[in-house]
Amino acid sequence: MNIIKTLFSYIIFPGFLFTAVVGLFVTWIDRKVTARVHWRVGPPWYQPYADFLKLLLKETIIPEGSSKIIFLLGPILGLIGMSILAVMLFSMNFNPHTSFVGDLIVIIYLLALPPIGVILGGSASRNPLASVGASREMTQYFAYELPFLISLAIIILKAGGHIKFGDIIIAQHTSGSFLYSISGIIAGVVIFFTMQAKLSFVPFDIPEAEQEIMAGPYIEYSGVALAVYKLTRAMMFFLLPLFFISVLWGGFADWWAVLKFLVLVVLIVLVKNTNPRLRIDQSLKFFWLGLGIFSIIGLIFAFYGL
Amino acid sequence: MRRVVPIGPYHPLQEEPEFFKLIVEGEKVVDLEINIGYNHRGHEYISPTLTWDQVPFLVERICGICSDSHPYAYVLAVEDCAHIEPPPRAKYIRTIIGELERIHSHYLWLGLAGHFIGYNTVWMWVWRYREPLLDLFELIMGNRNHYAINKIGGARRDIKPEDYPKIEKYLDMLEKKNAMFTKAILDDPVIRARLEGVGILKKEDAIAYAVTGPTARGSGYAIDVRKDDPYDAYDKVDWDIVVGKDGDVLAKAVVRLLECDESIKIVRQCLKNMPDGPIETRVDGIPPGEGIGHHEAPRGEVFHYVRSDGSNMPVRHKVRAPSFMNIASNVVAVKGYSIADATLVLAAVDPCYCCTERTMVAYEDGKEKYTGKDLLQLSWKKTERLRERYRK
Repeated sequence: MNIIKTLFSYIIFPGFLFTAVVGLFVTWIDRKVTARVHWRVGPPWYQPYADFLKLLLKETIIPEGSSKIIFLLGPILGLIGMSILAVMLFSMNFNPHTSFVGDLIVIIYLLALPPIGVILGGSASRNPLASVGASREMTQYFAYELPFLISLAIIILKAGGHIKFGDIIIAQHTSGSFLYSISGIIAGVVIFFTMQAKLSFVPFDIPEAEQEIMAGPYIEYSGVALAVYKLTRAMMFFLLPLFFISVLWGGFADWWAVLKFLVLVVLIVLVKNTNPRLRIDQSLKFFWLGLGIFSIIGLIFAFYGL
Repeated sequence: MRRVVPIGPYHPLQEEPEFFKLIVEGEKVVDLEINIGYNHRGHEYISPTLTWDQVPFLVERICGICSDSHPYAYVLAVEDCAHIEPPPRAKYIRTIIGELERIHSHYLWLGLAGHFIGYNTVWMWVWRYREPLLDLFELIMGNRNHYAINKIGGARRDIKPEDYPKIEKYLDMLEKKNAMFTKAILDDPVIRARLEGVGILKKEDAIAYAVTGPTARGSGYAIDVRKDDPYDAYDKVDWDIVVGKDGDVLAKAVVRLLECDESIKIVRQCLKNMPDGPIETRVDGIPPGEGIGHHEAPRGEVFHYVRSDGSNMPVRHKVRAPSFMNIASNVVAVKGYSIADATLVLAAVDPCYCCTERTMVAYEDGKEKYTGKDLLQLSWKKTERLRERYRK
């Protein structure tokens, strides 16, 4: 019975299937809001699903001379990471006692899987533009990971020093959301920009800049493999705001979370639509010198309990 | 390590056939090779097979965006050849259409520039305010593009007095929006970070490469046919040349935006001072001789040369489009910048590849480097080579 239950949680709810369906819906919100900002009408709600189905029916072409296994491993890696992350986030929010010591570190590594998949796939594509994209993705990953980790350290400090996801949520249940304090706001700003970069949205869509390197790492992907990449991106778009709400905004075990979630998604989309793309060196400077120092200030504040 | 990043042969962004070979070291562009000639349509060859009055319709189709500039320059050239003086009202009408076209072309570029730096909101908004202008063209001339307003000895269509308020209303709206865009672009720190100091074309290089239009003016080289050699109504209205100084992409963008303001000024004065009277003179044949005409197109000087032997067709018609000169300057402008900047720098000259498909004769030691026969032989050899390659 337990195995079926586990399988159910990983494959159907809240793992792969549920996250995928909701994630694609979130991409529709993105497209609709973007369209309204552009003075366009925007697609109907089923457009992302239709796009996904269409891609599934297309032929998957593997470029000649590339490593087949690594080329196909790229998309799957991120998908697996996101499915596991979904299960962890849901179980820990609704039942914080399932948390174990160090699970936050597991989550950090799960969040690293999609970019690693993109780097692997892009490098295996044997395309100059894809390799430029992969190298940009790598630079960008190292750029945003530093302030991201420091701001997670702020949260751990505020939760009492345990690297336990459940403790963070319990601490917020008892003493209010972390976001409503100075260091919390700093961590919030940093994690918000990191989300933008993890999702590869403007101004940080440098690795896949369609105008410069024609989608970069994805350039050789087609059919199912491309669909899986798109799906991973959609699932990330669902899970990253949830992650934000869990670590900073009081967890998502109540109905308020829906509103918080929508606010975050719309904010992400608005930032995406009111900025031009940065260059990779500008992005690196922004994350290390700008947000890096900013998050260290936040860490000092958190140390003094502000 | 040097690698080649190809942009083309079909530009994924500008959607026109050309080939830029970016030779890069890591992300830095160290050299650029430009390959054009994928879309040669033989306009200069077709032209002598048409009558004088048919040619404007042909040259209009050289460029889809500045479709007024080529017939304008051609008509000026023929009038120069035949010493025809068009009536004043026709001159004003041609000037108005020329300036309105400048606005729509600059707005097209501005939108695309926004798209190229990943700022799609700018793209959509700019094009939103460009759209009513196209409707205005349809109202005046029955077509959103390819207006066919120019005619040897006058204009083909009149602007009706009841349409003046509509044009005025659009100009009032545009003036506000143009101020908004100028302010938005100059004030946005992220846009400045992307555009400022990128793709610098120095004044010496601008002169050396003989660039024209906003590309030259952005580098501080004040060259403008409308001021240097005024034609039609340009010397009867009050306006200024807009000159930038840095030569980077930002300077070019600002020059284009401020030029729209000048265009608004010109159109307003033309509408105010528009004389009454006929819009065309009778033309009875073109006498033998030759004539030149140049018009300041949105992208720079477009130059037409015609020669007549007294028959009803030109015997020679030569076109020089502005992009032909401007694109070559990319070689200096793009060197030393990253791939991310390269797309933007290559687009900053507002290239028009279908205009650029011109032939040029290269001389070496006073002799033609390649004659027609040589080119034919080269082409056969290449076909053979390709056949060899794909036979396996």
